[in-house]
Amino acid sequence: MAIEQLTAHALMEKLQAGEISSVEATEACLRRIEQVEPQVAAFVTVTAEYALAAAREVDEHRARGESLAPTAGIPIAIKDVLCTRGIRTTCSSRILENFIPPYDATAVERCRQAALPMLGKTNMDEFAMGSSTENSAFMVTRNPRALDRVPGGSSGGSAAAVAANEAFWSLGSDTGGSIRQPAALCGIVGLKPTYGRVSRYGLIAYASSLDQVGPLTKDVRDAALLLGIIAGRDPRDDTSASLPVPDYVAELDRGLDGLRAGVPVQLLGEGIDPAVRDVVRRAIDQLASLGLAVEEVQMPNIDYSLPVYYIIAPAEAASNLARYDGVRYGHRTREPVSDIYDLFAKTRAEGFGPEVRLRIMLGTYALSAGYYDAYYLKALKVRTLIKADFDRAFEKYDVLLSPTSPTVAFKIGERAGDPLQMKLADICTIPVNLAGIPAISVPCGEVDGLPVGLQIMGRPFEEDIILRVAYAFEQSV
Amino acid sequence: MALITREEVLHVANLARLALTEDEVNRLQYELGRILEYFQQLQELDTSGVPITSHVLPMVNVFRQDAPGESLPQEDVLANAPDQVEGFFRVPRIIEE
Repeated sequence: MAIEQLTAHALMEKLQAGEISSVEATEACLRRIEQVEPQVAAFVTVTAEYALAAAREVDEHRARGESLAPTAGIPIAIKDVLCTRGIRTTCSSRILENFIPPYDATAVERCRQAALPMLGKTNMDEFAMGSSTENSAFMVTRNPRALDRVPGGSSGGSAAAVAANEAFWSLGSDTGGSIRQPAALCGIVGLKPTYGRVSRYGLIAYASSLDQVGPLTKDVRDAALLLGIIAGRDPRDDTSASLPVPDYVAELDRGLDGLRAGVPVQLLGEGIDPAVRDVVRRAIDQLASLGLAVEEVQMPNIDYSLPVYYIIAPAEAASNLARYDGVRYGHRTREPVSDIYDLFAKTRAEGFGPEVRLRIMLGTYALSAGYYDAYYLKALKVRTLIKADFDRAFEKYDVLLSPTSPTVAFKIGERAGDPLQMKLADICTIPVNLAGIPAISVPCGEVDGLPVGLQIMGRPFEEDIILRVAYAFEQSV
Repeated sequence: MALITREEVLHVANLARLALTEDEVNRLQYELGRILEYFQQLQELDTSGVPITSHVLPMVNVFRQDAPGESLPQEDVLANAPDQVEGFFRVPRIIEE
């Protein structure tokens, strides 16, 4: 097996045993990047020298017998929504095309402390708004499993990089499915942690009450390993939880004994492609045969998740993106301007792409005088009802199961330009963000050679349990 | 009746500080209208007496000492500025002489 095909944990063992050096592992990824990037286009920025310098440092420390983080030397790719000190961070937007952050996001800092050489910054839908990575201002990323298809989004570059063996693992962000959906469409594992499990400091904000940073990996064990690195309290993000971080890897093989699962009928209904539904049903049967107690559950209010999300997320985005005004950083118009407001308006029109402009308009409208109660407040109340559906379900069940995406990867261009059609891609993942709970997508089969993901949702801060269920499933197939 | 008028599109664009071309005003009026129509299904739900959820965490306020901490050096803060002068961000004249 070529080095770049190894899982992160398999590489970890070989690094620790001295069978492979971190420089060799990093060079293997960089060669693979050179080879497949012309087709896949997962990276906005490749940081080859930077990665090799970090890898050399790990190898030198190891040669001297100094103590190192267990994961030291495993190269990683980072979504271009996470700030990296001294390295361009664009959010795949013209408005941040030349932005060089003066600090690291906390998740990035933790990867640095764990001595993970950073290979580069991955492509995404602009400001994480999208489900196909086609909304990037720079390029279209292709699905490594079928190059005429999208990798999903918005963390499409992070998913494609791992699926194409350009990186051993990657970080993404998930506001309505942006880790899990691309993981499902590219045939890898993606985990959205509980809101508050991972610090959002240095994560460029889209919708602050929904955003979470999480891992995209080749298998479940790698997801457990990487979550353990990035999770935990950070004084720079007051919404990060003070709860201790369990040893997720150690919990993996505790099996399914005593665990109960609910299958929300609303997430296996009409909106799901019948072939995807069949694959997911077989996966659920497989889990039942392994000892998981499974039954259907009614969660009627989650049918309203999509309109609620498309009010709340744009409203928060409209506020968050007000900071891009061409004054302190980012693009500034070169057109003549009549006054400061003209400078703002022209800068923003030039800097933001069509989907971002649409969502800013939508969010501003939903928050404006006269419409605030009818749209924004109404959405926040329905969010309460949706969360209550989950609270009730979790009184009885330890996990909930559904497809991750209602379809397999669609063709590039197929849904571009139809805002409503594209948003249906997230019907199974959005309720999870509204409720703030953790969920993982694990590959569970194929339709016409294209991967299908099983979504396993859990109670707040019970990532250990969804990882256990995902691991039991993965080991059985 | 259209759910959003042309005048409303222009008003919201002004609030959002977005310069729009004529084509975009038309396209946005159409797209926003479709999306707002889609949102109407929320009106089916009775939410009287339901509290709002603006975030999911069981926390209200987080307090800390109001003590000075470390901050970024001025040159780092200004490094990404489109225009600067003598340690300040420079913008077009906003006050008439």
